Amino acid sequence: MINTDVLIIGAGPTGLFAAHQLNLIGLKCEIVDNLDKIGGQCIELYPDKPIYDIPAVPECTGEELTNNLINQLKPFNIKFHLSERVEEVKKINENWEVKTNKGTKFNTPNIIIAGGVGSFEPRKFSPKECEKFENKSIFYSVKDKTIFKGKTVSIFGGGDSALDWAIELSNNSNVNLIHRRDEFRGVQSSVDNVNQLAKDGKIKLFTKYQLKNVNGSENLESIDIMHDNKEIQNLKSDYVLGFFGLIMQLGPITNWGLNLNKKTIDVDTEKFETNQKGIYAIGDICNYLGKLKLILSGFHEGALAARACFKLARPNEKYRFEFTTTSKNLKNRLGIKE
Amino acid sequence: MAKITYIEHSGKSHTVDISNGLTVMEGAVQNDIPGIDADCGGSMACATCHVYVKDDWFNKLPPKNEGEDDMLDQAFEPNTSSRLSCQIQISDDLEGLKVHLPEKQI
Repeated sequence: MINTDVLIIGAGPTGLFAAHQLNLIGLKCEIVDNLDKIGGQCIELYPDKPIYDIPAVPECTGEELTNNLINQLKPFNIKFHLSERVEEVKKINENWEVKTNKGTKFNTPNIIIAGGVGSFEPRKFSPKECEKFENKSIFYSVKDKTIFKGKTVSIFGGGDSALDWAIELSNNSNVNLIHRRDEFRGVQSSVDNVNQLAKDGKIKLFTKYQLKNVNGSENLESIDIMHDNKEIQNLKSDYVLGFFGLIMQLGPITNWGLNLNKKTIDVDTEKFETNQKGIYAIGDICNYLGKLKLILSGFHEGALAARACFKLARPNEKYRFEFTTTSKNLKNRLGIKE
Repeated sequence: MAKITYIEHSGKSHTVDISNGLTVMEGAVQNDIPGIDADCGGSMACATCHVYVKDDWFNKLPPKNEGEDDMLDQAFEPNTSSRLSCQIQISDDLEGLKVHLPEKQI
């Protein structure tokens, strides 16, 4: 069980800056994120796209913004729990007990949800029968490539993940690469590589096809793919890999007894607290009158939620507002020597 | 201004007047039409405002933007009639446009 003053859910820009504000006022926090890297939507959806409306930063990319926020956290010791998703939240006495899908447990008076539009999950195949084979013969990521050796693997998708795995697995497996259109969106060198391998007969390429059905009782035996013109082909397959990118889902948050408004959580504008005491929501995931889904709004919301956390984490102390320009206290925490 | 008809997967239809300059996605969101999520708010960074446009209208729409098909690869059950509704801007020319909503967005 990890005891902390605040648990932040979401390592996007809003969660990162909230961590900064918390540490500045002397609170400890830990951060959980379902992605395997820090940065949230900025790093997953638009690492290279320029952003022009961060105050005092005329232009920066999602990746640069993330790196700057990480740099700003350097004076502090913050533990990140990446590739973990918060599953359960339970009230135990005055505190919240939080459990992740990997079994990590936190005990904390404060939870800040900075979850954006939800946690990123792989987009899955739509035929229902696929669920039966999921994590046995149908995968959305590769954890152990040795299982594919000598087998027939059907790979779906048109991006870099699909192309890279098709190239890699074509060394030791029979590879079918299936994509819904003729154009691939991966880097040109990989596209060229795949086309060459297809020419050499190392990869079987099926474009304008999509998965129609999967067949097999215990184990997967074959799949049916359908062309845009409705023609169906049956492909013997031991394994199927799907790489359709990530979708965002609110997930278990919907079961925590919070007041939801479509995919957002209602909060007040003083503490950004939800209807549950000690649970706050900031950034894109929160909802209040006049809410703007801008990164700068998330920073403001985090700063206020951090002050609210102080009251519950340090019930016997009085919070004093201070400026970083003048306060010895704050400078100490930032590791600045005068 | 154009009258746009959104047809839910169940067949339920909604016809609304949408001002020029807005997108088909914004028209749905502002009129509380279910079935269009628009998680990213119109920045073409997700694929949750996916609609199908039948041939008669598909060919009259302005062509797909660069990157739109890449995003559509990540949509739920995309096909040759698929568009992202955040990339279709309303003008008088679209009077009577019908879009069909997928079974789900995520």
